[in-house]
Amino acid sequence: MAAITENDGMMRAADGTPLKQALARATRMNKARAFLLTTPLLAFILVTFILPIGLMLFRSIDTPEVSAAFPKTLAILQEWDGNDLPGEDAYASFASEMQELASDRDTRSMISRAGTRLNYIQSGFRSLMNKTSRRIQRVEEPPFKEAFIKIDKRWGEADTWKTIRQAGSRYSTRAYLNALDLTTSPDGEIVAQPEIKQIYVTLFERTIWVSIGVTVACIALAYPISYLLATLPSGTSNLLMIFVLLPFWTSLLVRTTSWIVLLQTNGVINDILVWIGIVGDDSRIQMIYNMTGTFIAMTHILLPFMVLPLYSVMKTIPRDHMRAARSLGANPMIAFMRIYLPQTVAGVGAGSILVFILAIGYYITPALVGGQDGQLISNIIEYHMKKSLNWGLAAALGGILLAGVLALYWLYNRIVGISNMKLG
Amino acid sequence: MANGNQPFVQFKNVQKTYDGEILVVKDLNLDIENGEFLTMLGPSGSGKTTCLMMLAGFETPTQGQIMLGDTELNNVPPHKRGIGMVFQNYALFPHMSVAENLAFPLEVRKMSKAETEQKVNRALDMVELGAFGDRRPGQLSGGQQQRVALARALVFEPDLVLMDEPLGALDKNLREQMQYEIKHIHENLGMSVVYVTHDQSEALTMSDRIAVFNDGKIQQLAKPADLYERPDNAFVAQFIGENNRLSGKVTAVNGTGCTVEVAGNAVQSLKVNISGQGDTSTLSIRPERVQLAPEPGSLPNIFDGKVLELIYLGDHIRCRMSCCGDDEFIVKVPNTHQHTSIAKGDDVRVGWEIDDCRALDA
Repeated sequence: MAAITENDGMMRAADGTPLKQALARATRMNKARAFLLTTPLLAFILVTFILPIGLMLFRSIDTPEVSAAFPKTLAILQEWDGNDLPGEDAYASFASEMQELASDRDTRSMISRAGTRLNYIQSGFRSLMNKTSRRIQRVEEPPFKEAFIKIDKRWGEADTWKTIRQAGSRYSTRAYLNALDLTTSPDGEIVAQPEIKQIYVTLFERTIWVSIGVTVACIALAYPISYLLATLPSGTSNLLMIFVLLPFWTSLLVRTTSWIVLLQTNGVINDILVWIGIVGDDSRIQMIYNMTGTFIAMTHILLPFMVLPLYSVMKTIPRDHMRAARSLGANPMIAFMRIYLPQTVAGVGAGSILVFILAIGYYITPALVGGQDGQLISNIIEYHMKKSLNWGLAAALGGILLAGVLALYWLYNRIVGISNMKLG
Repeated sequence: MANGNQPFVQFKNVQKTYDGEILVVKDLNLDIENGEFLTMLGPSGSGKTTCLMMLAGFETPTQGQIMLGDTELNNVPPHKRGIGMVFQNYALFPHMSVAENLAFPLEVRKMSKAETEQKVNRALDMVELGAFGDRRPGQLSGGQQQRVALARALVFEPDLVLMDEPLGALDKNLREQMQYEIKHIHENLGMSVVYVTHDQSEALTMSDRIAVFNDGKIQQLAKPADLYERPDNAFVAQFIGENNRLSGKVTAVNGTGCTVEVAGNAVQSLKVNISGQGDTSTLSIRPERVQLAPEPGSLPNIFDGKVLELIYLGDHIRCRMSCCGDDEFIVKVPNTHQHTSIAKGDDVRVGWEIDDCRALDA
């Protein structure tokens, strides 16, 4: 139907409804159907991706243990000026809360959980709490202050109580501070961890450098291969493509362990070097269970993620472009630098961001071939998840990693533009 | 560059094979004069593009020499040949603006900034795209892109420009317009052009000379009019323009003429490409040279025909007839006031001159 223009200047359909409204009505059905088709995936992503990440990130700031176990004591400690020791009322309430919790089998574990939380701040706190909770049962009448100090003289130090007061806040950013090798003094100032406990920043730095190194190595290796793939006749290039994709069809574990076979001290490569006589039998090169091993294996495993976007971009560059540049008087070097390379930037960017993001969170390869100094941040996250059970810290480390990746993504979008990213 | 009577570009016994088994170019000898517009015309796979690529330097001849003036080109890399080239799909650099595309050949020649800018502007004006210097190639229409490609190949003032089916991607009207434009630019600038196409009307419109390629060989090298009116062999006659072919046997040869027997009819024809009596021959007669219902005795060749089909084409009527045993015999009847009125199924006599009937190879 022809649209007619009313006096108000709005385009109207033949029946007088505004044209935009008519259009919306006509397309509503299609939009609803399209949305319906995406709902299973949407629900799946929500349940398996967004929700777990959200919960884990929440855990990194969630510190309920101490405030749940000793609410009354904490209320009294809030009033305390922090100069001297707290008054008798604090000791009394702490004793009664401990006795109450310990009397019931169901609540007894809350004391040790609070102890664990306090132990993250001040080591030795867990045993102090366990010892105190056992002994305080027998103390039935005041003065509780003396009784506590008799059990352990740390109860006579203001810092101990300050630590409890600090740990008593329901939410805290302590895990993030710890993840950055920082802590708080009992008075609440942010200070650096003692040098012996500073490991995470070094690990973050190492992870970033390894990721950058792996990305650069992947660019250097993948660029010529992708160029060949894109320019060879299709028969040969298909065969080459299979070689590139072959690792994708092989288990990650198998690929990593085969590097162990190749690189270990009595492995294939060392044997060949000794046989040729390049290195002596007693000075075999240590290529695995260190950074070298991590680097080599990660580069190999992540290479296809660089080749595929590069290939897909190079495939779209007509052969005539280089020819045109040559015929216009550019030597092969200038033609490559000024005509070919700029057109592959989108592919290099896409491949780099892919490889870097995968590398920064890489876990299994460093775990298997990294040894001591080839461990990356993901390995320490795993340690806190499975061994030390400090999930808050693990979540904070993961959160920082996530923030870093998002920042990188933002930066890439600003510089190259995400719509220019070609993944194939 | 070319001195005296030495040709500007010379192919000497050039052969080319890609796989060592099939020769795509067989013993090519071709001289191109300075300032000439030469078209290589032929079906796909005839070797014409390979010749162009060898001249540009993107393929090396397997055998033989290519000379540009006094220099042998065989071992000169493409960027030192100073030959402009226009590619089939334009090959404009998408990451550069139009002006940057045009400045590229000047920059790699280390020309000063002022001179570069001046030449780029002049080249853009020449193709009437003066206002489009800041656009990206992707923002231009096909015809505009083609003009940019043309300007880029000309901006560094080469003596020789190669064009590889440059108008293949354009629609019909634009293609015809561009043909005239390229022709005029050639006339104004006076450089030599080697133009590759498979479109015969394009070749006829633009060229000084046309080399018809087939099967890796030049079948005929001639001016457009000669090529159309005096084809040397059956392939050229068939490839250029429309053509009636009658197959027969040579029964007599006399001076410049001969008699060929076609399905029991003795046809008087011009002896062009037959060796002698007893040869099989293909006779070539242009449809527009056949006369309908001639006066008896007015023409040396008059035969009976029957109208099988009439197609109205505005300026002329295509009449498909059965004549001399050929059911695909075409006669073009011009749509004039006094044209013979005929109907499907009519028996009409047809006739033609000896000069219009060329006895070619079988």
